Amino acid sequence: MFKWIHKFGSPPFVYALSKAISPWVGIASLILFAWGLYMGLVKAPPDYEQGEVYRIIFVHVPAAWMSMFVYTVMAISSAVFIIWRLKLADVVAEASAAIGASFTFLALVTGSIWGRPTWGTWWEWDARLTFELILLFQYLAYIALRSAIEHKQSGARAAAILAVVGIVNIPIIHFSVEWFNSLHQPATITRADGPKMHPSMLIPLFIMVAAFQLYYFHHLLVKMRVGILNRDRRARWVRERIETKGL
Amino acid sequence: MNSPIQHTAAASVADPSSAHIVNTGLFRVFSTTLRRELRVSFASWGEGLNPLLFFVIVVTLFPLGVGPEPKQLAAIAPGVIWVSALLSMLMALDGLFAADHRDGTLEQWVLSGQPLSLVSLAKVCAHWVRTGLPLVLISPLLGVTMNLPANVLLTLAISLALGTSILSLIGAIGAALTLTVKQGGVLLALLVLPLSVPILIFGAGSVQAVAEQRDPFGLLALLAAGVVAALTLAPVAIAAALRVGVASGD
Repeated sequence: MFKWIHKFGSPPFVYALSKAISPWVGIASLILFAWGLYMGLVKAPPDYEQGEVYRIIFVHVPAAWMSMFVYTVMAISSAVFIIWRLKLADVVAEASAAIGASFTFLALVTGSIWGRPTWGTWWEWDARLTFELILLFQYLAYIALRSAIEHKQSGARAAAILAVVGIVNIPIIHFSVEWFNSLHQPATITRADGPKMHPSMLIPLFIMVAAFQLYYFHHLLVKMRVGILNRDRRARWVRERIETKGL
Repeated sequence: MNSPIQHTAAASVADPSSAHIVNTGLFRVFSTTLRRELRVSFASWGEGLNPLLFFVIVVTLFPLGVGPEPKQLAAIAPGVIWVSALLSMLMALDGLFAADHRDGTLEQWVLSGQPLSLVSLAKVCAHWVRTGLPLVLISPLLGVTMNLPANVLLTLAISLALGTSILSLIGAIGAALTLTVKQGGVLLALLVLPLSVPILIFGAGSVQAVAEQRDPFGLLALLAAGVVAALTLAPVAIAAALRVGVASGD
């Protein structure tokens, strides 16, 4: 019944699919960015407590969510790679590492910029900030381990093990604001009894999250093409594709 | 040489059919490997002193660096002792699998058919006895030099015992992953430190709690839970990483 799913394990199929849809995903992401930023920076009202400063939330929160989401994607695809030896799963993990690190860095920097006027400090060693910083180190360690091992296939498998082991940090980051006394705001949106935020701010936030997701997806598709070509550069389908369609 | 492998009882020349396979039980595998490791480490115990000396020297450097004022030393003591212990363990982890990888023993273990996770667990236990236990035993003395009150010293030793155990297990994962990397020591630190941050927070926090007349039990219980989790899960990851390292072949 699910035979069509096997196509997603085939590099030429995924390559062709990526080539076909990635421009549209990129355009959609741009449109959502424009709309979300307009709704958030122009249409949404100022906060009763923080004034205009809160508007950085429309970049900070999506970036933070993406940093955790991308690591989860990386860990799951690494697990798939270890268990089923699916090459494309490793391509996904490799393609996600650098952008995940970028999202984490962006979350930390925007959080720091937001913290200066509101908390009075650029940095606090409280639970959530510390563990998000640890997440950045985990991404960098993954990239470093991959590039340090000379034998590419062994490097891929070793890095996959590292990614799976490091998944423990993600729940820690998410629940850190509940478990520890934290300066960082506790959960406002992912709560059992629904989000606590007003729709005029919640809608732009969700639009920005969708924009970030599509941006990640676009980046993933492009980087996957590079990864597939790297691994399959001597394969016949690559040669045929260059000869017929010019890559 | 002492690898616990299935061995064939010698068949007599006259009657070859008397040969039979003797199966080595799991406990035998574990205890043989553990005994071999401990014997090797006690034979060259001079090398094993290095992490301990590093620990003592680093802790000694802090009073020299920040000044000998007793209250200040007592305030920073839990963190200083804990971080120094962490760094000493990291230093020692580098050579955990290196010697065996070099002379081919690791390959024999992978090929032996015995559970590699069990063998790795035995190695890590021996490594903890060789490296972590001396740190734990000398930590009360260092606590005294850092002006910690007497009632704190027991918690210091217990928290370090639990913390260094977890660190040995998680660090062994890193050591196995960086098996084939030249100068893998720094990369090992980069891999292990993110995962050891919670241990550091809970461990140093428990000592701090006792110093502030609070109950450390919660934090120590969390550390103990970490030991149990690491004992269960780390050997699997270590074995997988060792297989990758051996397979890449040098």
